[in-house]
Amino acid sequence: MSTMAVEVRPPAWRRLIGFNAFTGIVLGVGGYYLGWFVGHQISGGSIGYYASAADQNDISVILGYFFGVIGFLIGLGFGVYPWARLRGYPPSLREKETQGTSRYFGLCTDHKVVGIQYLIGIGLFIFIGGLNAMLIRLELMSPTSHVFPPGQYLTLVSMHGTMMMGMMTSGILGPFANYFVPLMIGARRMAFPRIESLTFWLLMAAGAILTTTIFFGGFPTGWTGYEPLSDQANAGMDSYLVFFALVGISMCLLGLNMLATIITMRAPGLTWSRLPMFCWGVVATAILNLLAAPVLVAVLAMVMLDRTAQTSFFLVSGGGSPYLYQNLFWIFGHPEVYILALPGFAIVLELLPVFARKPLWGYRLAVAGMLGVSLMSWLVWQHHIFVSGINSDLRPFYMLSTEIISIPTGFTFLCGLMTLWRGQLRYTVPMLFCLAWFFNFLIGGLSGVFLSDVPSDVTTHGTFFSMAHFHYTIMGGLIFTFFAGIYYWIPKMTGYMLNERLGKIHFWLMFISFNSTFAPLFAIGFLGQPRRVVTYPHNLQFLNQWVSISAFVLGFSMLIFIYNFVYSLLFARVKAPANPWNSLSLEWQLPSPVPVHNFDRIPVITEDPYGYGSPTPAAVPAPAPAGGSA
Amino acid sequence: MSSQPVTHAGPAHGRRFLISWIVLSAIATPLVAILLGPLLPPGNGSSEATGQVFDNEVLVAVVTPVCVFVLLFLVYALLSFSNRTGELLDGPPTRGDTRIQVTWIVLTTATVLSLAAFGTYELLQSGSGGGQGPTAAFAPSGSSKALDVQVIGQQWEFTYRYPTFGGVETPHLVLPADTLIRLHVTSLDAIHSFWAYQLAVKADANPGTDNIAYVLTKGPRSFDIHCAELCGLWHGYMFDTGQVVGQSQFAAWIKQQQAAFAPVTKYLPPYATTYQPDPQRRAG
Repeated sequence: MSTMAVEVRPPAWRRLIGFNAFTGIVLGVGGYYLGWFVGHQISGGSIGYYASAADQNDISVILGYFFGVIGFLIGLGFGVYPWARLRGYPPSLREKETQGTSRYFGLCTDHKVVGIQYLIGIGLFIFIGGLNAMLIRLELMSPTSHVFPPGQYLTLVSMHGTMMMGMMTSGILGPFANYFVPLMIGARRMAFPRIESLTFWLLMAAGAILTTTIFFGGFPTGWTGYEPLSDQANAGMDSYLVFFALVGISMCLLGLNMLATIITMRAPGLTWSRLPMFCWGVVATAILNLLAAPVLVAVLAMVMLDRTAQTSFFLVSGGGSPYLYQNLFWIFGHPEVYILALPGFAIVLELLPVFARKPLWGYRLAVAGMLGVSLMSWLVWQHHIFVSGINSDLRPFYMLSTEIISIPTGFTFLCGLMTLWRGQLRYTVPMLFCLAWFFNFLIGGLSGVFLSDVPSDVTTHGTFFSMAHFHYTIMGGLIFTFFAGIYYWIPKMTGYMLNERLGKIHFWLMFISFNSTFAPLFAIGFLGQPRRVVTYPHNLQFLNQWVSISAFVLGFSMLIFIYNFVYSLLFARVKAPANPWNSLSLEWQLPSPVPVHNFDRIPVITEDPYGYGSPTPAAVPAPAPAGGSA
Repeated sequence: MSSQPVTHAGPAHGRRFLISWIVLSAIATPLVAILLGPLLPPGNGSSEATGQVFDNEVLVAVVTPVCVFVLLFLVYALLSFSNRTGELLDGPPTRGDTRIQVTWIVLTTATVLSLAAFGTYELLQSGSGGGQGPTAAFAPSGSSKALDVQVIGQQWEFTYRYPTFGGVETPHLVLPADTLIRLHVTSLDAIHSFWAYQLAVKADANPGTDNIAYVLTKGPRSFDIHCAELCGLWHGYMFDTGQVVGQSQFAAWIKQQQAAFAPVTKYLPPYATTYQPDPQRRAG
């Protein structure tokens, strides 16, 4: 039987027709103009409006974005399955199980494809966010406004902050948790594969929308979007609102999917006390994702209504209160920063045993630490508004709760450090990035003590000191572990090794220039430079120039990484062994690259993946007997 | 994965590390407190500033041994336990130690609770120069006799009203020396934050809110004023220099201001803790 019929590849233009990213973009742009038109029928719509370069009709811009996103998702094929179910077709699981590159450009229910989509897609937008940072530092080379006028400068600051905060929330959960949680827990897929794909494409739509803010004149509010400034701002603000709302929906669904997967789809024998530390970190983060993101979506919807429907949630003149915005935003915003930090803890604790060749020290304490941080992060939000004048007699409580959060964070430090103790340390590139986490997060955490202490915070609040603090925790904590994850897992994701020498050059250049960039910012903040200013006193010019030049080196170190990534994966193509790090973790027991169905037989787990140095030979998880749960 | 567990017989690493930590901390903590302490902001411009410097000194002193602990641990472990053989060797299969865990939890909890208690005590003295909302919970002693000065933020400047001097509104801030001042911070449009760096005062200016901060000035000096909350296009240019002057000099200055601004003052709205904000307007 010649079922292996020669496949005739249709011409390129023919392959663009169908449900894929190309159709999505076409329908997305079409949807935007449809919504824009509808918006103009509702409000405004004078010839002058149509003719102006920057459309300032908020209703038409927001409706345009909504219709655009819906068109984009329909074009990608997200409507096909619900429509089929409505028409009575039976439920089915897999869509688009094609091989080849085309599956990366559409709705794909293979969690491994989604993981790689996330890595590249998020990487792209983080690159844009990084370029914004370079331009900010270019402007701050001199104490006066000399490269960008103040409006453009604020747009750069706002886009940098918003892009990074929005995209990095899924920076580790997106690529690595989507790819490796099913492999680590012995599952063949995520609980909700279509929702998994939806979270990715929503994020891409969001990123594109935020980038289009430049066509509407940008927005001046920073990533916090404080009212009433965000109500004054011109239509570029709508890009921020729709961006963050979409990110919020994506985050929430991602968290839901992760929780459902880890709770219900663990392999037989994978009890909670054997769950890999990375999965525990994902659980702790996903709880925050699921519960915090809806608050964000709600508060942004309120701002949209204030801007379009003349409601007055946050406007004093109409009986609203800007404090309401600050409260709601930080109820989301503080869990958000732990959504950024916790996956970093998880990667550090997951990788250290592999490269110290020792079991994780204090498994239960480490889990308690991450869950404790997850819980405590709900009780500290008003430390962001210590001097705002709200609830001033509650400040001692928020000072206490903020300082208490360092106790569970300390558990992570203790478990990590004690795992190193008497180990057999191997300084591979991922290990170096994990070790850098200790240093960076130590500085970030200890500077946080000053910000949590109200008397000290009065001076450091809203200055470059707090800016340095959260860059140490987020960039030093998250981006460094993000790179640890890349260097550690890319061999499994792609089947090729990244160049070790280039990786070490990247690490050292990044580590040194990172500290050289952000350590002086503590001093700049202490000396009195507020955040988000385009001008500063002349006596701070030397420090600012030092920081700018370090930041350019930091940016250059990213280029080394991109070169390494492209060179190793596209040109050098050194085949990775199945288990290059000799890890005992389940994902490394699979061949590289991982087969589409992950496991031929679902494994039975008998112990946690940290059994290094045990006198009995490490138990490689055995496949389940035939007919076992599958 | 044929790897042999290695037992570290020999040096008592734990004891060696702990002794080095105690010795290093004992040297580093006073050094940091003495050398770095006086450099810490915000200086000696007001009683609140002095309090904050003391607060920062205490925090630096507490943070130093913690910092030394982690860094020394890292350096010690990375130097002592690195695998230089190139072979795949395993460390000992230790999975925890209840004594160490309990000690760690007790020590960190004690540190954290004492830090919070210390911060609260410092805050209770006078509010530490921070904005405290319309009913200042932590007022300093003698606050009933404080001089009221209103700070009005608007895009993109601060102006100042002196209710005890006929509600005159001035474009620059001048304060009498050695006087307890009650600053009423409010805004006419977006949120600003009034930050007088050397006086150690920071209070957000919210429309519709009277945000009170206390400051006890010291001798005559100038101080920097910045807006510390992003308030739109010209936020970066929203700064000024204020003056603390001798009390007789202040009396002369305010009399002069009253005379100079008299034609304007009579058209101002009567002094109030907040004013009706500007109608919302679009301002890039």
